[in-house]
Amino acid sequence: MDVIGSQLVAGVSIGSVLLLVAIGLSLTFGQMGVINMAHGEFIMAGAYTAYVVQQILGDAGLSLLVALPVAFAVGGALGALLEQLLVRHMYHRPLDTLLATFGVSLVLQQLARDIFGAPAVDVRTPSWLQGNVEVLGTVVPWTRLFILGVVVVAVGGLALLLTTTALGRRIRAVVLNRQLAETSGISTRATDRLTFVIGSGLAGVAGVVLTLVGSTGPTLGTGYIVDAFLVVVAGGIGQIRGAVLAAFGLGLLQAFVELSTTASIAKFLILVIVVAFLQVRPQGLFTVRTRSLA
Amino acid sequence: MTLELVGVDAGYGRTQVLRDVNLASEPEGVVAVLGHNGAGKTTLVRTAVGLLRPTRGQVLWDGEDITSLAPHKRVARGLAYVPQGQQSFGQLTTTENLQLVADRARPRARRAALVDAAMERFPALTAVATRKAGLLSGGQRQQLAIARALITEPKLLVLDEPTEGIQPSVVAEIEAAVTDLASSGTAVLLVEQHVGFALAAAARYAVLASGRVVSTGAGGREAHAGVREALTI
Ligand SMILES: Nc1ncnc2c1ncn2[C@@H]1O[C@H](COP(=O)(O)OP(=O)(O)O)[C@@H](O)[C@H]1O
Ligand SMILES: [Mg+2]
Repeated sequence: MDVIGSQLVAGVSIGSVLLLVAIGLSLTFGQMGVINMAHGEFIMAGAYTAYVVQQILGDAGLSLLVALPVAFAVGGALGALLEQLLVRHMYHRPLDTLLATFGVSLVLQQLARDIFGAPAVDVRTPSWLQGNVEVLGTVVPWTRLFILGVVVVAVGGLALLLTTTALGRRIRAVVLNRQLAETSGISTRATDRLTFVIGSGLAGVAGVVLTLVGSTGPTLGTGYIVDAFLVVVAGGIGQIRGAVLAAFGLGLLQAFVELSTTASIAKFLILVIVVAFLQVRPQGLFTVRTRSLA
Repeated sequence: MTLELVGVDAGYGRTQVLRDVNLASEPEGVVAVLGHNGAGKTTLVRTAVGLLRPTRGQVLWDGEDITSLAPHKRVARGLAYVPQGQQSFGQLTTTENLQLVADRARPRARRAALVDAAMERFPALTAVATRKAGLLSGGQRQQLAIARALITEPKLLVLDEPTEGIQPSVVAEIEAAVTDLASSGTAVLLVEQHVGFALAAAARYAVLASGRVVSTGAGGREAHAGVREALTI
């Protein structure tokens, strides 16, 4: 029972990190279909934003909270730049997009090395996030609960944006039928740009939070990018609730598989399981279902 | 406001469909574009609304060249379009489909009233307001599509075969809505394969065959014979 409790907690914790890195991608890849290999580097940029803000403000607690919106802006700005300069010329050419954004990811990593140096930098954890709390008979660091909290707010905020605001309606409409959206008076160009900016901004937010659980170096993003794509694909393209279920499902799977093996073998097994699952259900957990093509 | 195609060639890749098409809407009332399946009617209206760029010729809006204006900007100028095939945003509810377009209206306070007015024009939509558009019947979806176009408060409404494949009871409602619009000052460009209603409603008609305008004339029931002849070419 103790083991099950502790693996449940570990699984939810892994799942919340997975969801955090995947949530932005569920917009740019899931909704728009853009394979942005530099998404991981936007996460990395968010992490360095946390570092820089902390250098400026000093206080770890305040700087963490300030860094969240600042990193959203940094990620969003990088996204706007990438969309304007590269991605928009390559919509519907996934291979070109993949290669070009992979190049951008290498450039961004080098840029981080040039500015901050190759070794990881030190981002301090605020005092109010140090220590542990007991959940289901398991000792859990406060940082892990904080991550879960941020994920809930980010996903909830995104879901509210998409379902209740005018911008959300536009984003969904453009995804569903570009030409019909355009001839309904919606600027698909402006909507694409904004969607990409929001997705990239969420990558920045993820980066801030990841400084609490890992080291902040130039290659931070590469460790997460595959996981992020995995979550979006397994959840079903364009489905945020799919990403949520996939992230926590994969997190729990990993926690329980890890019980009887090592972490890297567990990751490998999960990859195999997801690939096998996609053979049976190529559309992922959820599919868009309508009576007509519209 | 009149929309005018001047010497327009258009097509898809290397396939040319429209050849030297000249056609104008009337400032008000209905202009019917007739022709068999594959004649190029849809290609013509897609060129008119900006989804297709002509390879030659111009599209004019009240005399101004809008050939390279983005479709959504044409909508803002008063050109609305109901495409062929009862298209809606299937994952959005009926209400969201309407709000989506009303969101562009200013001032903000008018938006709810625009949605309400659209629902009033097609009462069938009220009953399915919270249902996803993808789950509506063909007739409801087409009414929704027309309602969406009307929320933009168009000066010219372009309809591509609005009654194709729709149950007869709803066809009558759609035809009544078109007649009503035309008589209240909105210009209509009506694409039809079936001549009956289109000619009855039209002030002028043009017959399209193999991408060319092969016949034009004044509308009304007495135009039937001439149109039938043009259609058999
Ligand atoms: N997307 C397309 N790509 C290539 N050819 C097309 C496309 N759409 C239509 N066509 C061709 O253009 C011609 C005119 O089609 P269309 O304008 O749809 O005719 P209509 O609306 O009068 O039935 C047809 O021969 C059709 O096969
Ligand atoms: Mg057609």
